[in-house]
Amino acid sequence: MAADARRPDPLKSGIEFSGAEVRALQQDDFSSPAMLWVTRGEKLWSEPAGKSEKSCASCHQDARASMKGVSAKYPKVDPGTAKLTNIEGRINQCRTQHQQAAPLRYDSDELLGLTAYVGLQSRGMPVNVAIDTQNRSNFERGRDMFYTRMGQMNLACTHCHDRNFGRKLLNDTISQGHGNPYPVYRLEWQTMGSLHRRLRACFFGVRAELPPAGSPDLLDLELFLAWRSQGLTVETPGVRK
Amino acid sequence: MKRWIGGLIVAAVVAACAAPGGGLPYQMSGGEIRQPLASGVPDAERGRKILVSREANCILCHAVPETGERFFGNLAPPLSGVGKRSTAAQMRARLVDPLAFNAESIMPAYYRVEGLHRVAEPLRGKPVLSAEQIEDVIAYLLTLQ
Ligand code: HEC
Ligand code: HEC
Repeated sequence: MAADARRPDPLKSGIEFSGAEVRALQQDDFSSPAMLWVTRGEKLWSEPAGKSEKSCASCHQDARASMKGVSAKYPKVDPGTAKLTNIEGRINQCRTQHQQAAPLRYDSDELLGLTAYVGLQSRGMPVNVAIDTQNRSNFERGRDMFYTRMGQMNLACTHCHDRNFGRKLLNDTISQGHGNPYPVYRLEWQTMGSLHRRLRACFFGVRAELPPAGSPDLLDLELFLAWRSQGLTVETPGVRK
Repeated sequence: MKRWIGGLIVAAVVAACAAPGGGLPYQMSGGEIRQPLASGVPDAERGRKILVSREANCILCHAVPETGERFFGNLAPPLSGVGKRSTAAQMRARLVDPLAFNAESIMPAYYRVEGLHRVAEPLRGKPVLSAEQIEDVIAYLLTLQ
């Protein structure tokens, strides 16, 4: 059914489908509202947390060096748990295992801040996930979800993001549906949001059951999207309408 | 709401003989459904409201300037003049199951409940529009000459 996964041709970042105002905001760190979260993340990076009283910096030192290129390779199978993990999951794993602190809530300002700060260290670098024996079944599940009709509207991701990018769904211009700018500040949300929040909005749009943020379904999709956007560069932290 | 539930009960009864797949009852042949889905008198103005409602949201994809709305999507052909191009029986078939015309269609089926995946729990087993609403929408589409 969904065997022939393909990348959109020509491959285009979502920012190319955005209006001038959104583009200007994303391209100027001084006016981008997303940078407020980056600043928060940068601060959290060196704040001790949990019983260990260690900060991220205690183990990883300067993020500008240690986190360079890291998020471009995510989501990734964690060798310890053998589970697919995204940056948010990885951060929470460090929180619970190494800092002995409570995990941060998905889409909390803290987790968005740290994710955006780590993501920024890969900005401009090519999205770079390799599909191998460890993650192949995740990739295949994500791919099948992308091409399978769902919800009461009976639409698959591919119907909007492969066949109709550049066209208008009411007054939204549909992009190719890439994850490369996430987390993003979305003007409509008036706040920062994760990729999983955006994906849930698409599930909601087709009137499908909403997988929870951080769930295996959304992680598998995230991996497929990363593969599909190979050729683009990381744009974290993005801005969207 | 009452009208709608009534529709479902009738549907359940008739479905046993009319739709062996366990779906809603209708007879499609040659790209047409000749028999109206509901017996009441359809109302074009009600149909216009349904067409632009969040529920049906036809204008997500189709431009229909006659509705008086300002924003329309362009994933689908504008519906202006559709009353000249097609008959009620053709429109009914199109609304009930667009995949019967084009297996790749992106238009949602507005009166189909079977063969769907991962439908949000409160909507499961329910068509997007009721039989009466479909007939109202058709009455409106017929005014688009
Ligand atoms: C009915 C149309 C439709 C369907 C089906 C749909 N989306 Fe979307 N999607 C949109 C719209 C509209 C937006 C907001 C505009 C944009 O960025 O494309 C969006 C945004 C996105 C974005 C953010 C892109 C960016 O640059 O910010 C991603 C990623 C995405 N969708 C992935 C998916 C996936 C995965 C699925 C299936 C689970 C899906 N979409 C199903 C319409 C759809
Ligand atoms: C997600 C997109 C989408 C939505 C929502 C949608 N349609 Fe369509 N519709 C299409 C497409 C695409 C076509 C072209 C034929 C095809 O591909 O099936 C079409 C074709 C039609 C046609 C035949 C047009 C012609 O010129 O002969 C009619 C009539 C129609 N739609 C009515 C409606 C009505 C009424 C609604 C809402 C109750 C609606 N559509 C909602 C996508 C959509």
